[in-house]
This record gives sequence, structure tokens and C-alpha cells, in this order.
Amino acid sequence: MIRSEILKEIAPILRDQLVVCNIGIPSQELHAIDDQPTNFYMLGTMGLSSSIGLGLALAQDKTVISIDGDGSVLTNLCTLPTIANNVADNYILMIIDNGSYGSTGDQPTYTGKKTSLAGMARAAGCDNVVEVMDVDTGPALEKAIAERKMTVMVVKCESGNAKMPVITMDPVVIKDRFMKAVQA
Amino acid sequence: MNIDKKIADDLVANDISFVTTVPCKQLAGVIEEVDTRDEIFHIPSNKEDEGMGLCAGAWMGGKRPAIIMQNTAIGVTINTLATLIQYYRMPLPMLISYRGELREPVACQVEMAVHTKALLAQMAIPTYHFHKQSDVEELDMILKYTFMCNKPVAILTDANFWGGYGDQ
Repeated sequence: MIRSEILKEIAPILRDQLVVCNIGIPSQELHAIDDQPTNFYMLGTMGLSSSIGLGLALAQDKTVISIDGDGSVLTNLCTLPTIANNVADNYILMIIDNGSYGSTGDQPTYTGKKTSLAGMARAAGCDNVVEVMDVDTGPALEKAIAERKMTVMVVKCESGNAKMPVITMDPVVIKDRFMKAVQA
Repeated sequence: MNIDKKIADDLVANDISFVTTVPCKQLAGVIEEVDTRDEIFHIPSNKEDEGMGLCAGAWMGGKRPAIIMQNTAIGVTINTLATLIQYYRMPLPMLISYRGELREPVACQVEMAVHTKALLAQMAIPTYHFHKQSDVEELDMILKYTFMCNKPVAILTDANFWGGYGDQ
């Protein structure tokens, strides 16, 4: 499976949760598949999906899912110790690891070679790290939500992107709609 | 006047309850003070752009954030300031130790100091410079201004403000 197929499959699960979605094609895909006010789309700032999600989870009680990518986590690796040492049990970091920089032309990342993000998350001190295959994402995500225990999920899948339109919604509108959904 | 306590008091009085920090020798006292306050959740960051991401999330979750960092961080966070904090229009008070100014003992710090105000001006970030201890009296107003206009705002605090570097 490629990322867009996973997002299509888990869209009904994501719909009821606060979602912070990674820059570029992942946000475009989620926006096209199932736009929701509970989705915060990143239009820039590669790497900070996990940090924004953690800040949001620490500030309020609702479950927060950060959808991140292997390339983005690699560019903000210092997020892993911060997550490990500031446990928010309403926080799930879901890293869709396709071993490539999807938004820039599928150049390979090091996670497709020798580097294990699950291993790095564990070494950073994250207690609850699960590595799943693409087809198992839905049940694993439902389990993580139900357990209400901070979870880092690494979802291994194939490289590739769906052709989706660029998000033209104004960033202030995205934020305002999202903040209202957080407070609802 | 204990400026560390005064700064923490002003943060609390302005309902700032989520503070991230990347340390600097000059900021050690205020970071320690922030850490003791029950009203503030203190989360150390490893890098300042990460810290700004945490602050953006906390703001959207209903908490007023602040970041405490060195001026070298301006070089690290330009993209995050432009594409996250400013683009989505979020308030962010940035209490910044202004290394490389008068009484600085480390020459390399001057190399970023000479760019600091120019970069902040280029980013159209409202910038205040605390040089004398009494300048801290403006902090309360600056914090109110920040959450009024929903912008990142820089408060540069130099060595003279903090009382120098002791014996150096």
C-alpha cells in the first residue's frame, strides 16, 4: 500500500480525532480524502508535525494524532526525546514510513536503508513503540486510541503519492476552524 | 529587584501557562524560576524550531505559550517563524538572551549579534531591547501587546540587563 491508500482506509477512524497532518502531499491527500475541521493541515515547516501535536496534546485532554513521515521525523529527530520525557497519554505519533521523501520526488531516506525509526524512538525513551505493516494500520490505530497510552506507531509502507490538488484554504481559516473544533 | 522572579511573575499574570526553553547562561535564573511555578508547564526543547512547534500546538489547545532562547536561535527559526507562527497568525512572546552585545566575553557570539536585529526587522517582528534592569518594567505591556496582535514578538535581553558575566 502507499500512504494515500492507508489514509483512505483509516479516514473513518481519524474523523473523530484531532489530527495534525504533515506538510506537502500527506496533507493534500488527507484534505482530498476526508476534509474535517478536526484536521490541522501543515502548509509549511517540514518536521514539526510531531511537535505541534505534542504541544496540543499537553494543552488539552482530547486525543491527538500527529501524522508524520520518515523524512520529516529525520529532520526533527530531537522531537523523540522530548516526546519520551513529556508523556501525554492522549498523544499518538503515527509515522508513515515509506522510506522516501514523497513530496519532493520520492528520493530515498535512510529509513529505507539501515535506520530504524522505531529503534530510535525506543532509544529516545519512548515506552510504547509499535511497528506495523500498512495493512494493519487501522486496527493498530484503533487499539492505540482505545488504550489511551502515549504511542509511537511506525507504519511501514510503499513509496508513492496520489495526485491530489494543492490546499488553497487560507492558513488562518485552517487554524480558526481547527481551534473551534478543539474547543467544541 | 530580582528580575528572574519579576519575569516569571509577569508570565503568570498574563496567563502564560506553557513555556519552552533552550538554555543560555544568562537565562539560567529565569528558567529555574519558571520551573518552580505551578501555574506554568515547563517543557525544555532540544532545538528552538521544535520549541515553536510545541508552542503552536499549545496555543491551538487553549494555552498561552512563550519561548525562552538565545539570539542564535533566530538563525535556526526563520522558516518556522515565517511559515508557522506568522503564516497561521499565532502569538508568541520570545524572551531572548542577546549574546554578543556589550560585556560579552565570547567573540563568536558577536557574529550572530550583528545580524539579530536586522533579521528580526526583515521578518517584521516587533522587537524590544532590554539593556537596563528597569527596562523589565515594560515586559507586562509587551506580553499584553503580543496576545493583542497575535504575532511573534522578540524581547532581546543583553548582558548589561542581566548584570554582566560576573568575574569574566
